[in-house]
Amino acid sequence: MVSTIATVLMWIVGLSMIYVLYRTINGHPIERRVVFLYIGLAIALPLLMQKTAPVPVTADVQKLVDALDELTPGSKVLAAFDFDPSSAPELQPMGVAFMKYAFKHDFKVIVMGLWPQGPQQANQAIEDAMLDPLIAEKNLVYGVDYVNLGYQAGAEFVIQSMGSDFKRMFPLDDRHIAYDSLEILNDITNFSNIDFIFNLSAGKPGTVEWIQIAVDRFGAKCGAGNTAVQAPQVYPYLRSGQLTGLLGGMSGGAEFEKATNEKGQASTFIFAQMISHAMVIAFIIMGNIAFFMTRKKKKA
Amino acid sequence: MKRLVPLIITFVVGTVLILSVFIPPMEGLGENFTLFFDIIAVFAFFLGGGNLVRVHFQKMSRKSDDWEFSIVTLVGFFVMLAAGLFKIGNPGDIASSVTADGSLFQAIYRSVFVPLSSTMYALLAFFVASASYRAFRAKNREATLLLVAAFIILLGSTPFGTMLTSWVPESWSIFQIPNLAVWLMSSPNLAGQRAIIIGIGLGVVSISLRLILGLERTYLGDDNA
Repeated sequence: MVSTIATVLMWIVGLSMIYVLYRTINGHPIERRVVFLYIGLAIALPLLMQKTAPVPVTADVQKLVDALDELTPGSKVLAAFDFDPSSAPELQPMGVAFMKYAFKHDFKVIVMGLWPQGPQQANQAIEDAMLDPLIAEKNLVYGVDYVNLGYQAGAEFVIQSMGSDFKRMFPLDDRHIAYDSLEILNDITNFSNIDFIFNLSAGKPGTVEWIQIAVDRFGAKCGAGNTAVQAPQVYPYLRSGQLTGLLGGMSGGAEFEKATNEKGQASTFIFAQMISHAMVIAFIIMGNIAFFMTRKKKKA
Repeated sequence: MKRLVPLIITFVVGTVLILSVFIPPMEGLGENFTLFFDIIAVFAFFLGGGNLVRVHFQKMSRKSDDWEFSIVTLVGFFVMLAAGLFKIGNPGDIASSVTADGSLFQAIYRSVFVPLSSTMYALLAFFVASASYRAFRAKNREATLLLVAAFIILLGSTPFGTMLTSWVPESWSIFQIPNLAVWLMSSPNLAGQRAIIIGIGLGVVSISLRLILGLERTYLGDDNA
């Protein structure tokens, strides 16, 4: 019912754009507040429509999935959550999908954060992943199957110190349990004991620092998920092979969910993003039509 | 002496950190210095917190513009500080984790901080749309190129791009919008980003050398140096 109402409203909003175009052409551009209203509706209504859109899996996402597929059960995976709640709409779905994939493939997951709120976002992602019945029935144990090392101040220097000794940076985990008491960490000293690093990053410190230190200096293998704004900055590392796969923005998250058969929030959100992008493009086109018509009139 | 000591510290730390990368026996020394950095970084939190309180108290006492918002800031700061320091509502004792389920800190984080932060970031969408409508014009060749690139990236980063150009035959697949978006990101963008990275790298090397050798002294508060 809600979905039908939202669909009808979305059509009305779409058709009303013709009136906006008419006004704009006649030299009466709409107010900023009306633009806000349109964008608000273009984001909210598609979420209520609960539709998904076909997402082709790009090579960069597939590379990450292939690298994860190569890992065997019991592989040690380090997941670094380097973002805060403001970037969560883009990065949290990636985190949840990654956790689901890791737990279903019986990886041992070690979580940490170079951003203060990162470990809390990781806890949320683990909790969401645990809701999956297939994961719930595994009865995963904290400290044995997964652990959250928490936050450590010092940005790239933390990564550098972890290159020789994890325990030095994280003598206690997020729950204040001693490093040596955690079974999952018994045979982990440094990056040489980690099979794969997955970094979710919204800025600095983030993917670039993980590549420059953990990958280049200590030889770790690293894949990443970035916000759409940050993704272009890590392309040089992706093409050079220093980065093993990249999930860029909401579309990267949706592609990862599709490639790993873990339908989640990104697959739903991508439809709202698609409509809102279309709306922004429509506004740009209308603005330009008005601009050229005004210029033509002035010349005449 | 006031200037000589920081200059010597900078020279020694900078030199050791560089040498520790190339000389294995010095690696341990370099790691010790990185630990010093971690300790200093923690102090930055105290300084940051202290500065926040000072600035907002001043704003309130002087009744500066929008001083009422300072009350909200300080109340939020002290409530979170108290919740975290005294582990209010925490199921464990004072030594337990601040983020434990059931704690006031975690409750505020999830119910207030997370939605507010996401909302603030989401507001960008509205301003971008409004600015695009009013200012994003194909006024000249460069602006037109930027506009076309923006269209391709906007469409290519959603399934819309696939829907619009799925009819393009496979032999011309480069003209499908998602492929064009990938090309834009991995060719022109890549070249630009590499140029920026190389430029930053050269700049970092040059400024680091100036700092280590004591030629750059502005961090000492000496603008004329």
